[in-house]
Amino acid sequence: MPADKRLNPVLASLSVLVVLGVGGLPFLQLAPNRLVSGQPVYFFSTLHGPAFAWVGLFAALVVSSVAAMVKPRVGWLWAAVTAAVASMPSLLWLAASQASISLQGESPMARAALGSAFWWALVLLGLMVSSALQQLRATPFQTAAVSTALLLLLGGLLVSGACNDLSLLKEYANRADGFAGVVARHVQIILLALAFTLAMGLPLGWVAHAQLKGSRALLPVLNMIQTIPSIALFGLLMAPLALLAACVPALGRAGISGVGLAPAVIALTLYGLLPVVRSTLAGLQHINPTMVQAGRALGLTHFQILMHIELPLALPVLLGGVRTAAVSSVGLAAVTALIGAGGLGSVLFDGLFANAQDVVLLGVLPMVALAVVVDTLFKALMAIARRRVHPW
Amino acid sequence: MVTTSTTRPVLTSHLLWVVVLLAALVVLLPYSAPLFSWLFPQLERPVYVQEPFAWLLWQHARLVGLSSLFAVAVGSAIGVWVTRPAGHHFKPLLESLLAVSQAFPPVAVLALAVPLVGFGELPALLALALYGLLPVVQGTVSGLQGVPAAQRQAALSMGLTTRQCLRHVELPLALPVWLSGVRTSVIINIGTAAIASTVGAKTLGSPIIVGLSGFNTAYVVQGALLVALLAVTVDMLFEKLAQRVAW
Repeated sequence: MPADKRLNPVLASLSVLVVLGVGGLPFLQLAPNRLVSGQPVYFFSTLHGPAFAWVGLFAALVVSSVAAMVKPRVGWLWAAVTAAVASMPSLLWLAASQASISLQGESPMARAALGSAFWWALVLLGLMVSSALQQLRATPFQTAAVSTALLLLLGGLLVSGACNDLSLLKEYANRADGFAGVVARHVQIILLALAFTLAMGLPLGWVAHAQLKGSRALLPVLNMIQTIPSIALFGLLMAPLALLAACVPALGRAGISGVGLAPAVIALTLYGLLPVVRSTLAGLQHINPTMVQAGRALGLTHFQILMHIELPLALPVLLGGVRTAAVSSVGLAAVTALIGAGGLGSVLFDGLFANAQDVVLLGVLPMVALAVVVDTLFKALMAIARRRVHPW
Repeated sequence: MVTTSTTRPVLTSHLLWVVVLLAALVVLLPYSAPLFSWLFPQLERPVYVQEPFAWLLWQHARLVGLSSLFAVAVGSAIGVWVTRPAGHHFKPLLESLLAVSQAFPPVAVLALAVPLVGFGELPALLALALYGLLPVVQGTVSGLQGVPAAQRQAALSMGLTTRQCLRHVELPLALPVWLSGVRTSVIINIGTAAIASTVGAKTLGSPIIVGLSGFNTAYVVQGALLVALLAVTVDMLFEKLAQRVAW
């Protein structure tokens, strides 16, 4: 292809954007308390003495990226990966130590928050690592090794206590007691909804497959539920559930009411039904009918055909739908905090209503991590299921 | 083709009814005090009167319209660019960016826009425009990639320039998939705009948020009915459009 003769400018442009952003955007925000917006501290003003080594790191980043563009050799690309991976914890460490210096002698209410330059650099450096690995055609093992190294470096820095003067960690320290409970509640909402979705979606998908006419009536209804915005669906469930709990006291005693866990789990279950039913249907439909006929010829019962032929063959496609439902439920569960279901969304909205950016981040960052974990988990499950279908 | 237009025949024929229902709700809800005080006898104020529903609907539609306009214009341009030779190196980068952003719920983008631009309508516009970009880019890219290579080569060997090929062959063929991307973007934005009343924008979500914080279930029901109907109406409109442009 003639297009391949063009130089690949991705890494070089990203590295230049990193340097421009770090130089031009506020690196830290210093404020006397968390309610007022802070004074910006810029990156280059934090450099004195040995800290000028950071300039060398950025130089290495830009030079290796430009070199990898002009001469796309393996060595230059790995150099760019190394420089980008090293830059992320270095920036965090620099920000944290500058925060400790700036807050010396200040009141405990004083806050040093990570500025936009830090987040900008973090995202772009992450993209640099991933696109360099793509250009290298890295094996899954290499990718996993790089990710693990990065997570260990960043995680180690956070756990070591070196960053405790950053306001994100101060806010965490304020909430540390209840935080595990908040995360557990978020996971509980997701798992409950997923269990109900599977319990209803798999049989519905199977019935839709057995009676295609039924699927023509079912899918539009599920599609319409998907269209209704989350907050509206919660609202529409509130009144009937409250009425139900009032009419049937046993339900009320069991914890079912218009607010809290019940409407959250019901709404998330309803949202998950469309991807699960659709993928079950698609998975069952793409099975070669001769497989089922072979099973029948061997004298298998309907149930045996379902368990030993249809389900294993449909599993890779089916898991794709479950993955969609699970990943989107991580974000949807955040909105359920508005109807009193708790979870990480309650931290997010606390921060939003108190105008405290770091509390918002304290809710958002674990949520993003959770979504990535769920996504990776289902990707791995899909790979296993696919290998069982096509062992060669 | 006939097959593509048969996905939701039952509901689309109801478009007119949904529009009528939405209009009727906007007009009649202010007079519905007797109904809601019968349903929720403990409430002193059974109908949301802080702002007229028609005005809230207009604000909601304006917020979604403006942000979607931006998202569609910029998202389509990005999608076309990365499928051209000039930008094809950036396609893997864009794909990883799209994958990462899937882990970001819309409400998080909304909450993080506040520190950047303050409370009010601006953070809502910013968050909606940014979040709306993703499905449009995705729709544009997969639409253009779905164009069979043979068709493009046929056009080019007939003497069309690459620009003419894009305009007269590739874009029209990519239209249905692009439209489904736009549809996803607009529907997500209608929902996010409702949550945007937590950052100070006045939308149809306002009665819901006010009702939730004041334990006024009637407000919640009124807001939720209107938001849900608006989303369903717009989705049905897109369904009609999709039938129009299907190949």
